[in-house]
Amino acid sequence: MLLTPRAALASFLDHPPRFLFFTGKGGVGKTSLACASAIRLTDTGKRVLLVSTDPASNVGQVFGITLGNRITPIAPVPGLSGLEIDPQAAAQAYRDRIVGPVRGVLPDDVVKGIEEQLSGACTTEIAAFDEFTALLTDSVLTSTFDHIVFDTAPTGHTIRLLQLPGAWSTFLDAGKGDASCLGPLAGLEKQRMQYRTAVDALADPRRTRLLLVARAQRSTLREVARTHEELAAIGLSQQYLLINGVLPAPEATLDRLAGAIYAREQAALAAMPDALRSLPRTQVPLQPFNLVGIEALKQLLRDTPADVGHDAIAAAPPLEAPALSTLIDEIAEDGHGLVMSMGKGGVGKTTVAAAIAVELAHRGFPVHLTTSDPAAHMADALDETLPNLTVSRIDPHEVTEQYRRHVLETKGAALDAQGRALLEEDLRSPCTEEIAVFQAFSRIIREAGKKFVVMDTAPTGHTLLLLDATGAYHRDVTRNLAGSGMRVTTPMMQLQDPRQTKVLIVTLAETTPVLEAAGLQADLRRAGIEPWAWVVNQSVAAANPTSPLLRRRAVNERGLIADVATKHASRYAVVALNGEEPIGAQRLRQLADADLRPVSVRG
Amino acid sequence: MSMIHVFDPALCCTTGVCGLDVDQQLVSFSADVAWAAQQGAHIERFNLAQQPLAFAENAAVKAFLVRSGEEALPLTLVDGEVALAGRYPHRNELARWAGIKGVTTLPVKSTCCGGDTCC
Repeated sequence: MLLTPRAALASFLDHPPRFLFFTGKGGVGKTSLACASAIRLTDTGKRVLLVSTDPASNVGQVFGITLGNRITPIAPVPGLSGLEIDPQAAAQAYRDRIVGPVRGVLPDDVVKGIEEQLSGACTTEIAAFDEFTALLTDSVLTSTFDHIVFDTAPTGHTIRLLQLPGAWSTFLDAGKGDASCLGPLAGLEKQRMQYRTAVDALADPRRTRLLLVARAQRSTLREVARTHEELAAIGLSQQYLLINGVLPAPEATLDRLAGAIYAREQAALAAMPDALRSLPRTQVPLQPFNLVGIEALKQLLRDTPADVGHDAIAAAPPLEAPALSTLIDEIAEDGHGLVMSMGKGGVGKTTVAAAIAVELAHRGFPVHLTTSDPAAHMADALDETLPNLTVSRIDPHEVTEQYRRHVLETKGAALDAQGRALLEEDLRSPCTEEIAVFQAFSRIIREAGKKFVVMDTAPTGHTLLLLDATGAYHRDVTRNLAGSGMRVTTPMMQLQDPRQTKVLIVTLAETTPVLEAAGLQADLRRAGIEPWAWVVNQSVAAANPTSPLLRRRAVNERGLIADVATKHASRYAVVALNGEEPIGAQRLRQLADADLRPVSVRG
Repeated sequence: MSMIHVFDPALCCTTGVCGLDVDQQLVSFSADVAWAAQQGAHIERFNLAQQPLAFAENAAVKAFLVRSGEEALPLTLVDGEVALAGRYPHRNELARWAGIKGVTTLPVKSTCCGGDTCC
């Protein structure tokens, strides 16, 4: 069911149930939409609680007040209260509770090992879910509210684990750790009944609505389709699709870049995965302003477009920032090595990896480009165009499935039904995919001694630290060879050596993606890996647009690019937003060096 | 009946799926523990990552950890005394300690390398 174009923008809030969850990857605008929706719901006299778990939560700032981890009235909006849950802080509190009493009692390296085990994504997610439960079960705390709006949703993995009877019986009944990713719940005091009630509330369409937030981009739409199917399978059947930040048609006529973006977004929408087509859908237009302040948030869901303020935009001088080619010059000096581009989904790390590989190959170096993006069209047909470029693919879904099947058939062969179900769910944890993909990649890493190996993924620091084979092997090797003068390199050592490996962090010039990239960097540093450079991708500012709406966005980007340059990165580059999909060697090379563009988009 | 206490190294998941390779010993031992408990054995596991206090409060375990480090785990105590270190007990060992009768003394079949001591 597609809402007719005349349907009100905010129709996804009609007949709202008690709980509304906004979900989507970082940077799609789910916090802004959650805030705007919460305000909208209070318009009808309802009392609404807005819950933010965004690590970059700026909900307080948005409303000009200080929020925290207790329910606080947001005075400027009658009927609205807010609550900020910091999942990182919740996970840290959990770690402190476990580790605190033994610090200084057990050997330091043992304590460090325990902390690493408790630093994974699972711990954070389960700790955050624990904070949710009180809000999802009828408690005194929430009884005065008609609606509770969350700017995030638990993953399918968490919910399934909590639904698994086997997990409960071996875990909470016994009160101790036998069940895997539920580990963090061991230190949390909630009752089994309370978790079950929370999960029941989530899976009840009369009580819970899920708002899937996406952008009009192929990769984000694919990702949202996966989330939709996974959560629908466990009972979250009432779902709406919100496509945020769509460039309005009138703007497309104002300059080449805006026209190209419009065409690309409409093409992505037309090619939307079938699974999403049946969902009620709303398109929220791109706004020229920062979504700060109650007025701006109200405007977001209004049916009349905002006034861009054509006169208000002073013609800013062109952005002065290094191009990707400056980084490639430095990479090329070594003649060989491993280059990894890393970042959250949707920031364009595959494009950046491909652009670097193509340029290196063009300069005459032997290059192997490996991508884990199943829809990496830009890598198609590159083999034929450049003689010294090899392209290979690793399908993360496929290698993970193979790995799961292998483990279940071999290691899980002797288990009873309950044990098998538990092992099967453990194998659906986010760690598993990363490990399976890393195994596949580590075979290729070895080639980097002779040529350039460029890959569009990198393991997280957490995974690296957990991998016994590299970590433990590393320790063994160092112990055995101490004093012998011999040098042996493990994959871990190779990744830690800046002369052999360069890790590029790819981000967008938007608040949440920059914060997420900084998080990735901190995580890598824990594993002794110092990211070599940052790449700010798809920059509107670097494209020097003439459309007023895009110019306004460009102004907003500058502060974030300055942050990357001065606070986060030791070296960086900016890649301009390109209207066309960068397919083929020629267009990829143009990304690295703007001077190669046949026609300048500068208007 | 004897009390069997098994002290695991720091594990993210006791099934071991978070490692580079799933450890057959962990998968099999989890099954053996469930079996022994069903036969009435008093058996308890402690995960260093989740219950480090249990390690710190037991003098024997703490001393073992200080002397030999985390890589020397797992450690099995039977009635408070060290019974086994460096590997997990086999099913027949659990049976002996717990006094479970009528168990074949043959090693538990493993898919790893034919034996039950994994490579």
